[in-house]
Amino acid sequence: MSSYLNQMLLQHEASVRVPPDWPGGYWFHWLFFTVVIIAFVLTIVMGFIYFERRALGRIQSRLGPNRTGPFGLLQPVADAIKVLLKEDIIPDKADKLVHWLAPIVAFFPVMLIFAVIPFQNGAMLVDLDIGILYIMAVSSVSTIGIFMAGWSSGNKYSLLGAMRAVASVVSYEIPLVLSIIGVILLSGSLSMNQIVIAQNIPFILLQPLGFLLFFISGCAEINRSPFDMLEADSEIVAGFHTEYSGMKFAMFYLVEYAEALAMSAIIATLFLGGWRGPVLPPWLWFIIKIFVVFFLMIWTRSTLPRVRIDQLMALAWKGLFPLALINLFITGVEVLLWPAGLPWLAVLINIVIMVVLLLLWSRFFKLGWGRVEI
Amino acid sequence: MTIKTEPFVINFGPAHPSTHGVFRMRVVLDGEVVLDLEPVYGYLHRGIEKLAEQRTYTGIIPLTDRLDYLAAMSNNLAHCIAVEKLAGIKVPERAEYLRVILAELQRLCSHLIAVGAFLNDSGAFMTPILYMLREREKILDLFEMLSGQRLTYNDMRPGGVSQDAPEEFLPALHKFVDQMPRYLDEYDQLLAKNEILLARSKGVGILSKELAINSSASGPVLRASGVKWDIRKAEPYSIYDRFEFEIPTGTAGDCYDRYLVRMLEMRQSVRIIEQAMKQFPSGEYRSRVPKLIRPPVGEVYSRIEAPKGELAFYIVSDSSIAPYRYHIRGTSLINLTALRDMIVGWKVADLIVIFGSIDICMGEVDR
Amino acid sequence: MTVSLSGTEVAKQIASQFPEAIAESSNQAVVVKTEYLLKVAEFLKNSPDFDFNYLNDMTAADYYDYFEVVFQLSSLNLNHKLMLKTRCYERLKPAVPSVCCLWRGAELMEREIYDLMGITFTGHPNLKRIVLWEGFQGHPLRKDYL
Repeated sequence: MSSYLNQMLLQHEASVRVPPDWPGGYWFHWLFFTVVIIAFVLTIVMGFIYFERRALGRIQSRLGPNRTGPFGLLQPVADAIKVLLKEDIIPDKADKLVHWLAPIVAFFPVMLIFAVIPFQNGAMLVDLDIGILYIMAVSSVSTIGIFMAGWSSGNKYSLLGAMRAVASVVSYEIPLVLSIIGVILLSGSLSMNQIVIAQNIPFILLQPLGFLLFFISGCAEINRSPFDMLEADSEIVAGFHTEYSGMKFAMFYLVEYAEALAMSAIIATLFLGGWRGPVLPPWLWFIIKIFVVFFLMIWTRSTLPRVRIDQLMALAWKGLFPLALINLFITGVEVLLWPAGLPWLAVLINIVIMVVLLLLWSRFFKLGWGRVEI
Repeated sequence: MTIKTEPFVINFGPAHPSTHGVFRMRVVLDGEVVLDLEPVYGYLHRGIEKLAEQRTYTGIIPLTDRLDYLAAMSNNLAHCIAVEKLAGIKVPERAEYLRVILAELQRLCSHLIAVGAFLNDSGAFMTPILYMLREREKILDLFEMLSGQRLTYNDMRPGGVSQDAPEEFLPALHKFVDQMPRYLDEYDQLLAKNEILLARSKGVGILSKELAINSSASGPVLRASGVKWDIRKAEPYSIYDRFEFEIPTGTAGDCYDRYLVRMLEMRQSVRIIEQAMKQFPSGEYRSRVPKLIRPPVGEVYSRIEAPKGELAFYIVSDSSIAPYRYHIRGTSLINLTALRDMIVGWKVADLIVIFGSIDICMGEVDR
Repeated sequence: MTVSLSGTEVAKQIASQFPEAIAESSNQAVVVKTEYLLKVAEFLKNSPDFDFNYLNDMTAADYYDYFEVVFQLSSLNLNHKLMLKTRCYERLKPAVPSVCCLWRGAELMEREIYDLMGITFTGHPNLKRIVLWEGFQGHPLRKDYL
């Protein structure tokens, strides 16, 4: 696999230098990576489902699924088969076309994200110069799918969930993008591959605050706990997918985990040095980092209660947004100070700055106790 | 241009993940904000009061198990105390101690579920409730040792308990009581200072002291509103006057106080069990009581402090083997009186949290 | 320890205020006439000697000749309690004044009595069936309901 990837890589580099020779190497490259991405997403999502359930079980002092196959490894497969065999129910009051279209609209942008994620040096579908910008643009589209699902179901719970989803995603785009800009300033490129190559020191050390902000707003963006407002099973039952069943529900389930995968992959690429790492092959490093980030998400999910929608907004606008601006400013100053690249000293400075800022914010910023003004 | 908006009606329940059974609320929402709320009861009504009129005093005990099925021991105790008062039955010492131990274990058990379910409602995905179920399991094992049952114990009888504690009961209880404070510390570590939990529950769903008293709230709901009222202290039944314990009270009467009062009460329960174990006497576990109890004509209103509040039975006897009138003061139902006042003006998410913090059991609400 | 107030003692005090209100009194309970119920209840709640600020429970029993509505009152400050009763001799349309205005706690208790015993509480803000469904025939806790 690895040697093959290297071969592909060589071909790819050639194709970048020379305009693609229609229908030669470029065609093949496109086909190969489409298959790889789909296979990668589906298998890792299955791995995620298994990993999440086992990790949650471990954290909650229970076993988790362990009956299907060795160590319960076939549980996601069994789940998939079950959900595929389920009857597909469309509610009477649903807007049939939109109801049918929503899972697809939610699903395809998530797959599109993986087009620019490097699995290895240059091993990606397209090395877009505007990679990260492209991701931000594309990933927002799935919200439309979720909103379509909630609106078309003809269910009030779904509608509430959909409205919450839109509100939270729109607010969290801003700290998300602002924290990325810090990374872009350091790396000097929007291309995902160039960002990885620029990380001689992983950006989590140079941008600790940025990482934190990105992780939090990323969790909110993909609606993971404690920001899983749109599903909020104890409040609005299952939110936007209350009325979905069968394959269409499976699509949403897939979207949820594929989004988590995409967010983990982006975090791994932007902050954890992507495919870079000693000894092990790069693609394995990349997958390990994805799982580490995903474990962080599982951890927060199993520990924290859910925030309320207005507290979610308050956190975005009063907490994360100013912090992201300050972080951006400080990063800008540092880049001006050390134009040749940040030294190790900057790591220390940034960590100190992060601690000070977080202490300040935790002192002056409350999530909004008590009654909110309406 | 103004956009035309209108409030909409949404049904919470009877089949909803966090209505603790089959409770239903018709809620009028303006976006996320609750404008009005009307609880609808009765989905679990089984007519226990009417059924009890056809049964002997011992035969009612299994019915009481099914009232608040999360605290069946307390229901048994309340019923037995009422019948004993009515018929003038004496209870041997050992049985009294066993009863106190069982009632306090049951309080632990019920509060664990209450706090766990409250946190589950506030969105802590399963973790706290699973931790608490872990300890509840240990208590259920103890109950199983005594009565052979894990949920509906049917263990107490007028005049004592149905069976004596087996030999292995006390060592197992000892072990549990030693462990429990550490587990409670663990919960406090996870939850007590959790910023999100504080944000979700501090100042949310305030039940003022006046309203709490006026609307006959009882138990932790009343105490969280700052009223130091516990029937175990105010009118000690059984042998509660022999134990030292405190009544934890809240100050604000919000969801967090209700949570905190329950957590503190658990520690007090452990304290009571510890004392009861030290004084545990030997002897009879049940006094000689006729199979068919025929209390003299009369009536009794006897109350105990059940985990969810004041649980009372009003029994009218016409000296036959079955009660003439058997009334249950459903704690959970009466605690819901002020539900609307607590919830209106809050958001949907708070609705669930406030409702969860009251801690009801549908078996007792609808009876 | 909660003091159980003697019914006869309390009855004397009530009689000094409302001479015709008492129907009967025993050591255990005070029985007041239905038409005086609200006044007596208000007196018991507001007079500093009694200060019955807490309504423990409220229920009804059917004695064929009459319905008896039973109030369990207690004072959280003075820690004493009293059983207050009123009797309703009408069988077809029994009615008792509601005490909701004094103790909000009576709201659900009265609804329950209305539902199961069929006693109307005049002045109740929302008197509907509570555990049985609308349109249910009869009142199950009456002794003549089988």
